[in-house]
Amino acid sequence: MLVLRGIAASPGLAVGEAMIIASEGYRIPRRLAPRAACEEEVGRLDRAIASSADEMTHNREAVARELGDQYGAIFSAHEQMLRDPQLHREVEELIRLKRYTAEYAVSRALRRYVQVLQSLDGGYLAERTHDIYDIEKVLLRHLLGRQREDVFHLTQPVIVLAHNLTPSETAGLDRQFVRGFATEIGGMGGHTSIVASALEIPAVVGAGRLLTDVSGGDKVIIDGHEGVVILRPDKETLARYEQELKRRGAYAVQLQDLWEAPAELADGTRIHIYANIEFPQEVEAARQRGADGVGLYRTEFLYLASIPEPTEEDQFQAYRTVAEAMGSFPVVIRTLDLGADKAPGVGAVEERNPFLGVRSIRLSLRNPQLFRVQLRAILRASAFGAVQIMFPLISTLEELRAARAAVHQVMDELEAEGVAFNRQLPIGMMVETPSAVIMIDRFLKEVDFISIGTNDLIQYTLAVDRSNNEVADLYHPADPAVLRLLEMAVQAAHRSQTPVSVCGQIQGPHYLMLLFGMGIRDVSVAPSAIPEMKRVCSRLRVADCEAAARHALTLDSAREIEAYLKEEIKRTVGEEEWSSGAG
Amino acid sequence: MPEPTASRVVTVVNTQGLHARPADLFARQASRFQSRIEIVKGNECVDGKSVLGILTLGAQQGVELTLKAVGDDAEEAIAALAELIERELIENEKRMAEEEGDNGEN
Repeated sequence: MLVLRGIAASPGLAVGEAMIIASEGYRIPRRLAPRAACEEEVGRLDRAIASSADEMTHNREAVARELGDQYGAIFSAHEQMLRDPQLHREVEELIRLKRYTAEYAVSRALRRYVQVLQSLDGGYLAERTHDIYDIEKVLLRHLLGRQREDVFHLTQPVIVLAHNLTPSETAGLDRQFVRGFATEIGGMGGHTSIVASALEIPAVVGAGRLLTDVSGGDKVIIDGHEGVVILRPDKETLARYEQELKRRGAYAVQLQDLWEAPAELADGTRIHIYANIEFPQEVEAARQRGADGVGLYRTEFLYLASIPEPTEEDQFQAYRTVAEAMGSFPVVIRTLDLGADKAPGVGAVEERNPFLGVRSIRLSLRNPQLFRVQLRAILRASAFGAVQIMFPLISTLEELRAARAAVHQVMDELEAEGVAFNRQLPIGMMVETPSAVIMIDRFLKEVDFISIGTNDLIQYTLAVDRSNNEVADLYHPADPAVLRLLEMAVQAAHRSQTPVSVCGQIQGPHYLMLLFGMGIRDVSVAPSAIPEMKRVCSRLRVADCEAAARHALTLDSAREIEAYLKEEIKRTVGEEEWSSGAG
Repeated sequence: MPEPTASRVVTVVNTQGLHARPADLFARQASRFQSRIEIVKGNECVDGKSVLGILTLGAQQGVELTLKAVGDDAEEAIAALAELIERELIENEKRMAEEEGDNGEN
C-alpha cells in the first residue's frame, strides 16, 4: 500500500482499477492471466522481447547509416536492456508465480527499476529512466499489438492515472466509466479541476511521482476531498473506503429530499444558491438540485475544445440551450476568461508572468473580433431566457467602459440586422482584483450587479499562484486581508443597492457562515454542492453568522480566523466539515 | 564435481562510477563468458550480465565491489572484468574526454 498526497481537485471518492495513460496512450487491459495460460504468457513475452530487440537492431543500423555510429549506439543500449537476463527472470517469475499477464509483469518489473534509479541520489541516472520507459513502450506495443485500445473508449470502470491531463483531455473522459483520476503534476484551481468538478469525477492532481509505483490494473483509491491517492490499498483501508462510499451513496439519496426545497437559514432568511457550470449538459444537474439560476456560466471550455475557435453559431447554440433550460431563472454568462497562452487564434505571446499578463477581459479587448463574436452569441441568446453578461478580471474603470461600449456596439449591429435580443440585459462584472475592490464605489455606478470571484481575489491579494505547490499553503480564503476586501465590496454593494454574489470555492460550512455574516445572501457553487449547501444553510442563523464575522474581522491571521470559525460552527451547528461533495 | 568459482574484490576508480556507459560495457563484457557472474555491493547482489541490475547498484567512484563467477571460465571472466573496472574504464573515460576536447575545437 502506498499513500500519496496531492491537491484535492474535484470532490468525491472512487475505488477501482488503475488505467495508466502514458504519453503514447497504452493501457494494460488485463492484470491476471488464467492459470493454464502461464506458458502462453511466457511465450508471448519471449516473442515480444525478440521482436522488440529486432526492431532496435533495425533502428540502430538505420540510424547509424544516416547519422553515424555514435547515434546508433543509443539503440544498442536499448537493445541491451531488452535482452537483460535479470529482467527476463523477474518478469517470468511474475508471470509464473503471480499469474500476471505478460504486459502487466513487464510494466511492473520495469517500473520497479525506474523507482530504484530515481531513489539513487544525485539524479545522474534520470536519463536512464527515460530509456526504461522507452523499452516499456516498445514491449507493450509488441505485446498488445492490434489490441492497443483507445484510452477514451472504455468498456469497464477505471481510475485514470496520468502524468498530466489537459482540460480537454479531462473533458474527453468517459463519465460512465472513469470513476476518478489522479495526475502527477498540476495545482489547485486549474481548468482541469474545474472540468473534473463539472463532470463530477473525483480527482487529485499534483500527487507527485505516481506512475513509477503503479501498473495498469492495480487497485487504486482516489479521495478527492482530502487530495489523497492510495495505491494497492490493504484490506482494511479498502474496506473502510468502500463502506464510506456506501455511506455517501445513502447520504446523497437522503439529500435528494432537499433538491426541491428553497435554500433558507434556520431563521427563515432566504438564500439564493446558483450553479456554476461549464457545459450546457450541467443545466440538468443544476435544475434537479433546485438551483436559483446559473450564477456563473464559464465559456472557456467552448474555446478550449474547438480549433481554431468556436463560431458565433456554436456559441449561440450552447448559450441558448442553457438559457432555455433555465426558463425564467437568471443565467449569468461570463465572457472569455483565459490566458493568452490558451486562447486560440490570438497569436500567443511569450509572457513571463501570465497571471499578470494578457488574459480574460484584457484578451477580449485586444481582440475585438474575438470579443464581438462572443458578444453577438450572448446577445442573441438573450432573446431566449434571462441572460445576463459578466466581464472577468476587470481592474480599471476604462476596461469596464470599453467592454460595455463593445456590448452596445454589438446591440446596435444586431438591431440594424433585425436580430432579436434583450436590450435591457443586465451587465455585471467579476470583482476579483484588489483594484476593483478599492475602486468599488465607482464601479458600482456603472454595473447592474457584481460577483466576487474569491479564487482570483485571494490569489491577487496574497500574491500567491495557487497552482504552484511550493506556495499553495499561503493561499488562504480566510486571510484577514481577503476578508477586509470582501467586507468592503459587500458593504459598498449594499449601500448602492446593487446585487452582489460570491462565486468560487467555499471551503467549508464555517466559510459559508462567514459570508452570510458579512451580508452575502447569494452564492454560486458547483451543482453537486447545492444540496449539502442547503442542508448547512438550514442550520445557520443570521445573528450567529454576523457575530462570528464581526469577531473574525478582529483577528490577525488566517490561521486564527480559520480556527475560530471552525470552533464557532461546531458550537452553533455541531459540525465543521461538509458531509459530502460540497465546497 | 563442484563448478569452478572465482571471486575478487575491486574498487571503482573511474570518475563516472558504474553508471550509464560503464554499466553497458560491464554487462557486455560479462555476457561473453559462460559463467554466471554476480556483483556484490554491501548486501546487494545483482546479475553481472544485467545492465539494469548494475545500474541499480548506483556504484560511484571509490565503492568496493566483490565480483563472483561460477562456471568453467570463472577465472578468466573475473580477470577480464576486474581489468575492466580497475583499468579500462578509466582509459575509456580519458579517450572520450579527449575526443570531446577535439570536437570542441572544431
